[in-house]
Amino acid sequence: MATDPINQFQIHTLIPIEVGGVDFSFTNSALFMALTVAGASAFLILSSRGRGLVPTRWQSAAEMTYEFVAGTLRESAGSEGMKFFPFVFSLFIFILFANLLGMFPYFFTVTSHIIVTAAMSMAVILTVLFYGLWLHKLHFFKLFVPSGVPVVLLPFITMIEILSFISRPISLSIRLFANMLAGHITLKVFAGFVVMLSSFGFVGILGAILPLAAAVALTALEFLVAALQAYVFAILTCLYLNDALHPGH
Amino acid sequence: MATQSHEPTPFAPGEGGTLVEQPAEHKVFPPFDSTTFASQLLWFAITFVLLYYVMSKIALPRIAGILEDRRDRIASDLDLAERLKQDSKAALAGYEKSLAEARIRANAIAEGARDGAKQAAAAKRAATEANLANKLAAAEKRIGEIKSKALADVGEIASETAESVIRALVDSDLGKTEIADAVASVMAK
Repeated sequence: MATDPINQFQIHTLIPIEVGGVDFSFTNSALFMALTVAGASAFLILSSRGRGLVPTRWQSAAEMTYEFVAGTLRESAGSEGMKFFPFVFSLFIFILFANLLGMFPYFFTVTSHIIVTAAMSMAVILTVLFYGLWLHKLHFFKLFVPSGVPVVLLPFITMIEILSFISRPISLSIRLFANMLAGHITLKVFAGFVVMLSSFGFVGILGAILPLAAAVALTALEFLVAALQAYVFAILTCLYLNDALHPGH
Repeated sequence: MATQSHEPTPFAPGEGGTLVEQPAEHKVFPPFDSTTFASQLLWFAITFVLLYYVMSKIALPRIAGILEDRRDRIASDLDLAERLKQDSKAALAGYEKSLAEARIRANAIAEGARDGAKQAAAAKRAATEANLANKLAAAEKRIGEIKSKALADVGEIASETAESVIRALVDSDLGKTEIADAVASVMAK
């Protein structure tokens, strides 16, 4: 049981809630979503409490996060894209905190469930779609018809563009989900090797050194992945929002 | 595991009300367990909207304000520094200008003083010269007077001398006027 690598993704009901036969229970996943939001809010609000002209260490970290996301968005979507800044920032900080919370042993990783990452990517794609249609009306569909393409190739290219647009929410959600899932499973498997081998006496303990080293290295890698996937999700969101703002390529 | 699972239990609960632990291969893979989707979606929506609200209404405007304040402060400090630099430049220029003016004025004063002294000296010399010339003229005048007076007296002395000489020699009684005429005619030659 302790070494079952899938067990960490199990969802348990903490407070059962059922509405119209649908289970809306407050689960460990919901608890960690709430912790993520609380942690992110506490980080940004408490650190900026002093409003220091010369920032403290925490305030500096919050400012750096702010300027990092703002810079990414402005670079890829221009200054018009800044109206989506709270949305992109919320996504980034939510994923970052959810991923980092998941690094604690026995903690649940919210982003390791595809339904959560799918919800986030659908929120992004629907924002792109509706905002693009509202802003450019039918001109939004120019997104699928790149200019300067020979007429013979146009139907083919348009089909590819539409396919790539449809695959965006899928790749966006699966990338994050799969990274978190695979990383946590791998960590658990290597850690399980250590426990298993070390129960076989002296030789087993010697043999456990390698998987232990791997588990340590993987932990470092997972911290990198946790931050990197939040960044990747945010920058792809910025690029897709750019399509909504400037569909003519 | 004491907490309940969402998937349908393939095994009956064990004795004593405790759930029998299910082997992993009989479970639905948790991320694909669709019975948990509704709950996850609902709570994700609630928490994410809450996060969005907190970020967009409190945290981000505050940090933006801090950054803006700092930018403004730096800009105004730079402005102040620039202004002070300009001020000091202006002060330096004013100082140099007044220095140059003072130098020019000093030159003018020195020039004036030199000219004045020169003029005074010239005037003094002229006065002295004029004085000397006056005195010279007066002296010459007096010499002339004395000379003319002496010359005038010469005729009288000559006629008296001639009269006495004649009287002593010839004992004649020549008139005084004749002798004077004779002397005058001699002197006129």
